Amino acid sequence: MNSLSTKHLLGIENITPEDIQMIFQVADNFKDVINRPIKKVPTLRDITIANLFFENSTRTKLSFELAEKRLSADVVNFSAASSSVKKGETLIDTVNNILAMKVDMVVIRHPSPGAALFLSKHIDSVIINAGDGTHEHPTQALLDAYSIREKLGDVKGKNVVIVGDILHSRVAISNIHCLKKLGANVKVCGPLTLMPKHIESLGVEVETNLKKALEWCDVANMLRIQHERQEVKYFPSLKEYTLQYGLTQDLLDELDKEIVIMHPGPINRGVEISSEIADSNNSIILSQVENGVAIRMAVIYLLAGKI
Amino acid sequence: MILKEREILNKTEINILISRLTRQLIENHNLFEESILIGVQPRGIFVANRLQQKLKELSGIDVTTGAIDTTFFRDDFRRKDMPLLPSVNNLDFSIENKRIILVDDVLFSGRTIRAAMDALMTFGRPTSIELLVLIDRRFTRNLPIEANYVGKYIDTLSSEKVEVMWKETDEIDKVILVKK
Repeated sequence: MNSLSTKHLLGIENITPEDIQMIFQVADNFKDVINRPIKKVPTLRDITIANLFFENSTRTKLSFELAEKRLSADVVNFSAASSSVKKGETLIDTVNNILAMKVDMVVIRHPSPGAALFLSKHIDSVIINAGDGTHEHPTQALLDAYSIREKLGDVKGKNVVIVGDILHSRVAISNIHCLKKLGANVKVCGPLTLMPKHIESLGVEVETNLKKALEWCDVANMLRIQHERQEVKYFPSLKEYTLQYGLTQDLLDELDKEIVIMHPGPINRGVEISSEIADSNNSIILSQVENGVAIRMAVIYLLAGKI
Repeated sequence: MILKEREILNKTEINILISRLTRQLIENHNLFEESILIGVQPRGIFVANRLQQKLKELSGIDVTTGAIDTTFFRDDFRRKDMPLLPSVNNLDFSIENKRIILVDDVLFSGRTIRAAMDALMTFGRPTSIELLVLIDRRFTRNLPIEANYVGKYIDTLSSEKVEVMWKETDEIDKVILVKK
C-alpha cells in the first residue's frame, strides 16, 4: 500500500485508519523539512493550487498557503468577500472559471455543509475540504490527532474530551471520527443545548460536568463558542458559560494528574480557557499550529501523486 | 516473462571491494576530521555502514555517518503510478563546510544522485561532495554525473536490473544481475 484510498479529502468519515497513519508518516518527514535551514522542497513545482475561502480564516488559510509554498506549488488565493460571488455567481461557475485557468487542486472553505462533496461531484479536480459549515474540518482533526501522538506517543487508548460548542463545531465532528478511527476513547462535554441530537451514535459519551470530564481524560480539547453560527440563545450568558465550562488553573490544580490542553483557535481568552492555561506548559496550542503545516503538506503531497 | 539471475559478486568479493574503497577514502581524507559519509536512502545506507565499520577496523577512525532521503527532490513524482513514500533523513549534525562522501549501491541514470545533492544542499553548504558507488552501470547515464570511487564497473542492457542484497535485509551479501 503506497497511496491514499481516496482521491479527495472531503472528511475524516470516509477515509481509513491506514490513510491516517500514512498521512502521519509523511507528515513526520515534512516536519523535518520545515525545521531545516531551507524549508522548501521542489516536489510540486508543476502543480497549481487554488485556495477558495468563502468564509473567514486566519490560521487555516495561512497554514494551507505555507504548506503549498513549501512544496513549491503555485498558489492562487480567492476570498469571497472581494470576488464576483457578490455579483451573483454560483459556486460551480466560480470554480469552473478558476479551473479553466489550469488549476490542479482546490482547497475550499465554505459556510454550507457538503460544499466540498458537491464540488467533487461536479468539478474535475482534486478537492481538499478546509471546513464546510458545521460538517467537517478534516485537516484540523488530523493535526490534532498528530499533535496528541507527538505529545503522548500514541493516540490509541488515550482518553480525549472535547469541550464546548459541539453543536456548531466541524472540528468536533472531524475530531471524533479521527480519534475513534485511531482507537482513542472520546467524550464530549458542554451544556446539553449545545449537543447535537444522536451524537452518541458516533460512539462518544456525553458528560455535562466539566470537572468529571477532566478527571477522566488525558487530553482536553477546548472549543470556541461559535457566535456567528448561533441564531438563538443556547445559554443564559457568556459569564454563566465560563463559570460552568471555562477551563481555569483552579480546576486543573484540583486534578491529581497532568493533562494536555488543546485548542483549535481562535481562542477567546477568559471564556472557554483562561490566559494562564493557554500559555502554560500543558498547552500544546502552538505545536498544533506548527504541525498543521506538516500535516497539510502531507495531505497535498499524497493527493497530488494521484493527479 | 522469464527471469534469469546471474551472480556478479559474492560475499567475499564485496568485502574485498569495500576494503579497497575504504583505503581509497583514507588516501584522500586522511583522518576524516572534516569528512562525513552519507548513504542515499533506502539502499545506500548499507554500503555507508560497511565503509564505516571497515574504516574503524583498518584505522580506528569513527567517521560520522548519516542518511539522506531523496523522495521530495526526485524528478519522477507523478510520472509513476503511486506517490513515493519517503524514508527518514538521518542528519543530526551540521554539514556546513564539511567534505561529504555520498554513498549509494548502484549508479544507473544519475537522477537519484542529482536529487540527493539537491536534498543535501537544503541542510547547508558543504565544502565538497564526492560520490562513491559499489556498482557503476556504465553507458546508462541520463545526466552528466560520474562517481569518484567505484567498486566495480559492469556493462548491462537497460532491460536488465542490478540487485544488491545485504545480510541485514536479504540474509546474504551478494550482487545479482536479473534479466527479464
